[in-house]
Amino acid sequence: MEKDTLLAVRGLTIQYETDSGVVHAVNGLDMELRHGETLGLVGETGAGKTTAALGIMRLLPEPPAKIQSGEILFKGEDVLKKSDAELRSMRGKKVAMIFQDPMTSLNPVLTVGEQIAEVIQLHERKSAAEAHVKAQEMLRLVGIPPERFSEYPHQFSGGMKQRVVIAIALACDPELLIADEPTTALDMTIQAQVLELMRSLRKELNTSMILITHDLGVVAEMCDRVAIVYAGEIVEQGTAHDVFNDTKHPYTMGLFGALPDLEGSEERLHPIPGLMPDPTHLPEGCRFSPRCPKRTDACVQTLPKNVETVPGHSVRCLLYEHGMQG
Amino acid sequence: MHRYILKRLLMLIPVLLGVSLTVFALLYFSPGDVVDSIVAQGGVYSEEDAAQLREEFGLNKPFFIQYLSYIKGIVLHFDFGTSYLTKRSVTAEILDRFPTTVLLAVLGIGIAFAIGVPAGILSATRQYSMFDNIVTPISLLGVSMPGFWFGLMLIILFSVKLEWLPASGFYGPKYWILPALTIGFSAAAFIMRMTRSSMLEVIRQDYIRTARAKGQSERIIITKHALKNALIPIITSTGLQFGFMLGGSILAESVFAISGLGKLILDGIKARNYPVVQGGILFIAFVFSFVNLLVDVIYAYADPQIKSQYVRKRRRDK
Repeated sequence: MEKDTLLAVRGLTIQYETDSGVVHAVNGLDMELRHGETLGLVGETGAGKTTAALGIMRLLPEPPAKIQSGEILFKGEDVLKKSDAELRSMRGKKVAMIFQDPMTSLNPVLTVGEQIAEVIQLHERKSAAEAHVKAQEMLRLVGIPPERFSEYPHQFSGGMKQRVVIAIALACDPELLIADEPTTALDMTIQAQVLELMRSLRKELNTSMILITHDLGVVAEMCDRVAIVYAGEIVEQGTAHDVFNDTKHPYTMGLFGALPDLEGSEERLHPIPGLMPDPTHLPEGCRFSPRCPKRTDACVQTLPKNVETVPGHSVRCLLYEHGMQG
Repeated sequence: MHRYILKRLLMLIPVLLGVSLTVFALLYFSPGDVVDSIVAQGGVYSEEDAAQLREEFGLNKPFFIQYLSYIKGIVLHFDFGTSYLTKRSVTAEILDRFPTTVLLAVLGIGIAFAIGVPAGILSATRQYSMFDNIVTPISLLGVSMPGFWFGLMLIILFSVKLEWLPASGFYGPKYWILPALTIGFSAAAFIMRMTRSSMLEVIRQDYIRTARAKGQSERIIITKHALKNALIPIITSTGLQFGFMLGGSILAESVFAISGLGKLILDGIKARNYPVVQGGILFIAFVFSFVNLLVDVIYAYADPQIKSQYVRKRRRDK
């Protein structure tokens, strides 16, 4: 592992065991995150992005979820081998998470201040009064008047609640921040504000970040590197520049085709035909092959391997595997 | 908040008027009266004596005259009438019995709460565990078992077979145990089921996951984050059970021969001693509504959202 690698996920496989069968949510996911970097995890709903993120935090409800295999190395230590106590001291302190829906992710019967102070008292040796002061500082940092410390979540709007959630996540100065679609539940103008806030705080605190989203626009704005997720595996990974300008995987091309282009003259968007495969019955061979416009007979039979086309830009598609071979 | 409470207290007036009218009408139109019952017991012999008694009790007057004079007595003199049989005021009769009923109710609800809430929490946090699989069927038994039957079974076991505890009366702590268990057990089962389902719902919420993501321990997540959110249904069911108990547990009081409020009313009905029945039921209605009000006030302390609703209401009123 390289020296400046903060997080390395290798062959992560997570399944949900349900009455109607085994759901293959994450299938051999590999990714790497360096210090100070922002990685965008992009994919459709149900691609396994959130499951992977919760797996890194070890916050999956087990059962029904089960981490089958793989390793999650955070600063060289395998998260999957940590004890409950070790995990508790990691969560909130070293790795923090921002959840998708701010409306439900704050406890309605505790004041927002208490909820920020809680995480501070858990991880830093501070008295209640000191934690109170620090929590007020965090409120100011995310642009909420500190006087609102003793107000309850229902007295805040959605965007303000997400600011509180961000304050909780950043209160202990974590090394890694996992943001799971932090702006999906907010309206457009608030989205821009919250993203701007996250970007400036991230820079200020030098936090590494995994940003889960299905919005390529957000990725272009926020991320250094991008990983495209399809059916629980990463199909293309590289710097934002490479993935956007030198798109390799047919699925990634499909995603861009489904975006409106301000300069183009086309009247219609080009959605990817078909649906995400049912994760209880994943297709044989390349998972994307049933929907792929460039499908060959080999695609249906062989699961493609990860191929690095240029250093730092890898793709999981037979087109390039063959290209490498001949 | 105070204004809200005052308003709720004023709203009791129409409720109590409605209850009094209903009870009065039911008793008036049901066949037979206290004189018949006295005659049947051989207390009065001639027709003239009976007619004179009816005149004396005012039983010959038309319905509305009787009802209005009853209400007038309550409003003007706080007089709920006089027991036909003991000739004592109904107020005194009720207040005599009420402490016994309160004691029994407090013991019963204490047992119910002390068993129901922890059992419910454990069941929910260890859903489908051995504990849950044992306790949940027992609670089903508890809510569906008739109280008097359970009381009789307790008597057979603890009084007749083991001879540990007395089977009737209410003269000291030893006497309190079986009746309190009788009414407490089914209430415990009820509260346990409420707690369990409420907790199960809460521990699946996103904010519980947020608390875990902070690195908080499971114990604090359950007691601080989950329980406080699960409280509303627990408070409601506890208040409801307490209200019922304060109304006198007629069955438990009969089984254990305890002179509480329930027994007073039951005896009143048997003897057609209507002022006692009317007064008793009015009193129960008042106590029940009062407990409900109390529950609503406690809500405000459990849930800040409800509290701010009460306060907003007051601002609008101004």
